[in-house]
Amino acid sequence: MIRVLRNQAWVLGLVGLLFALALVTKAIQPTYSASGFESLARAALPFAFATAGMAVAILVGGIDLSVASMMAVASVTAAVLMEGAGVGTSIGVVFLVLGIGLAMGAINGALIVVTKVPDIVVTLAMLYVWEGVALLILNAPGGQVAPWLQQLIRGSVLPWVPNALILAVVGVAIVWVPIRRSKLGLAIYAVGSDPLAAYRSGVNIAGTRIAAYAICGLFSAMGGLTLAMSTGIGEPIPGPYLLAAVAAAVLGGVVLGGGIGGLVGPLLAVLILRLVRQDLTLASVDPNVTTIVEGTIMVGVVMLGGILALRSRRS
Amino acid sequence: MTPQPVLDASGVAKRFGAVTALSDAALTVHAGEVVALMGANGAGKSTFVKILTGALKRDAGTVRIDGTDSTISSPAAARRAGIVPVYQEPALIPDLTVRDNLRLGDTPVDPFLHWTRELGIESLDLSETAGRLPLATLRILDLARALAAEPKVLMLDEMTAALPTNLVERVLKTVRYQADNGIAVIYISHRFTEIAQLCDRASVLRDGHTVGDVPIEPGVEDRIVEMMLGTALTSSEPAPRGAEARPAGKPRLRARGLAAGTALEDVSFDLHPGEVLGVVALEGQGQDELFDILAGFRPADRGTLEVDGAPRRFRHPADAIAAGLTYVPGDRAHALLAGRSVRENIALPLTARMGRWGPIGMRAEAEKVAAAIERLQIDTRAQGEVQRLSGGNQQKVTIGRWLAKGVETLLLFDPTRGIDVRTKGQIYPLVRELADQGAAVLFYTSELEEVRRACDRAVVIFKGRVVEVIEAAEATDERLMRAAYGLQTSEGAA
Repeated sequence: MIRVLRNQAWVLGLVGLLFALALVTKAIQPTYSASGFESLARAALPFAFATAGMAVAILVGGIDLSVASMMAVASVTAAVLMEGAGVGTSIGVVFLVLGIGLAMGAINGALIVVTKVPDIVVTLAMLYVWEGVALLILNAPGGQVAPWLQQLIRGSVLPWVPNALILAVVGVAIVWVPIRRSKLGLAIYAVGSDPLAAYRSGVNIAGTRIAAYAICGLFSAMGGLTLAMSTGIGEPIPGPYLLAAVAAAVLGGVVLGGGIGGLVGPLLAVLILRLVRQDLTLASVDPNVTTIVEGTIMVGVVMLGGILALRSRRS
Repeated sequence: MTPQPVLDASGVAKRFGAVTALSDAALTVHAGEVVALMGANGAGKSTFVKILTGALKRDAGTVRIDGTDSTISSPAAARRAGIVPVYQEPALIPDLTVRDNLRLGDTPVDPFLHWTRELGIESLDLSETAGRLPLATLRILDLARALAAEPKVLMLDEMTAALPTNLVERVLKTVRYQADNGIAVIYISHRFTEIAQLCDRASVLRDGHTVGDVPIEPGVEDRIVEMMLGTALTSSEPAPRGAEARPAGKPRLRARGLAAGTALEDVSFDLHPGEVLGVVALEGQGQDELFDILAGFRPADRGTLEVDGAPRRFRHPADAIAAGLTYVPGDRAHALLAGRSVRENIALPLTARMGRWGPIGMRAEAEKVAAAIERLQIDTRAQGEVQRLSGGNQQKVTIGRWLAKGVETLLLFDPTRGIDVRTKGQIYPLVRELADQGAAVLFYTSELEEVRRACDRAVVIFKGRVVEVIEAAEATDERLMRAAYGLQTSEGAA
């Protein structure tokens, strides 16, 4: 029990922080209701998947700067192919887009493994490649996502339990829980923790890294899909998901450098960061100031994470 | 007819670029046998081990396991073939729990727990994160994990180096028992006492090829030392520099009872201005920790250090530098700015003093730098980037730059590793010149010959303690080697 507390201390802290923020929200806006939370969850949905993808890339000891661009590719592909299509076709398109996400991530990972160029450089280059691909598919916002998919993320099954929240949790869990329980999950943590020891334990380092980036690509595709589902159209220019995903992953307890953390913390962190933004808006802070505050929090969180990573490496 | 060996390697060769690490290595191990793999530093031992465990691919030669040719293309393949290694450093993933580590390597839990108990660990919590366990426990867990995999060939690479004595006993007993029950063991260690206790045979490597295979019996140590040295080395004459040449007076450095971590236990010595004091040790005998303390990379756990009579305790490399101690790492990449010119690299120690702001005194320093470049005989390329120089010339820069700066105490850690003979011959006079200018030089070397060619005296460290102090004139390879292996000498000049 004590160990559970110790290992989950970070996650419990985040839960506490989330509750504190909820109280703050109620104080600022006494009329805050379930519908406010529903729109918050909908806005947070693409961030949740981007963060999950980023977290997996960081866990294996890397980072993926092309997350937002891969989301853009997924979003325009879905919007273009679904325009005027029936339900059956649009289901097929969903799976096609998820497959494209896996492939993009695997390409990122393979390039890193084969060229031996640092992750940050390869994925920075791929950020532009995937952005270019997105613009080739659709050079201005357009297309249309199947209406039933747009409806899927709206509303709530129960008050305070919006569909978007359920989709985020189920989507991440369906991919991550089986992996986390398999040899691959262990291998991802092992490679991120100590590649030499992992190699000597018989882990396939190259394969594990490619797989981790492929999972990151898959989550990015889910992020792109849900983004298109909430706006109804495809958007070729990448949104502000890169730094937000890194910040949420780090705030969620994933240590930069790899090997430590999970996906529950980052998902909570996404809600926290979104809620902070909403509170600033509710408190009618100047939108420009909101952006400054948001940026400062992100830099602060990433910096703190960097310092913590240094500490743990040194001890 | 002898039974078929479990492992039979022959003609194994490996090159790294222009360097031949292994030319003709061989090893045969039968079931039920413990074979010691021995060789001096640089004989190719670790390369051979890496090939046998799949961490490196061989260029030539055959490895047969149970009589069938095997490529052993990766550590996982080696494991599948039944070769299970235990290394000097822990192999468990620090951020995973013990249970997850077992799952990662497909280790069955019950046999693992059986072996941990057998090896003297009574209570083990499998849910504990590996990184939180003490080092000695981790070593034992590595061995238990290897045994639980039911290996055909168990390879123990210096695994007792970080273990307390009682655990070493336990490990030796368990391994011997396992061998008697039919597994083959390859044992790599610098410790003759352990080898005598455990091993049946010793296979000796020298300069990349296997020079012999001897049964372990009383008095065999001499033969092994002889085989490791070869015959060629005994011919090189010691340089005539006796004790009377050593400067008298107060020592620059006075170390007493220095200890750190598990490797460095008790090292004392005096180092005088104008003297070059050699440090001789096999790998992992505490010399790394000793130099780390002197360079300020880590504090000593116990013991005292005096510089010019004043007690010092370095908390940071800046403290050591302020006390006049200059560290030159064996790895040149850690000492030089590879992308900058030779000229700038020589000027760096001159200009990099803290607390001095404002413009650099260009002219005076330019002269010093020019003088140093001339001395180093690499003047034509002085404008070029350091990384374009050969390794030997780079090392000349790392040492020669202190000629321009002037240095009080110079700590050289294996400065000639991987350098050609001609450049080595230019480095020794550089070191001597620095000493003649009044510098006190501590010179760790992995080549015994350098004690005679570059040093005045040498301290020999074994298992973290100074076992002998030998004058350069008396430092024959045999005497140094015996001392480095912790064997008694008849001369007994300690």
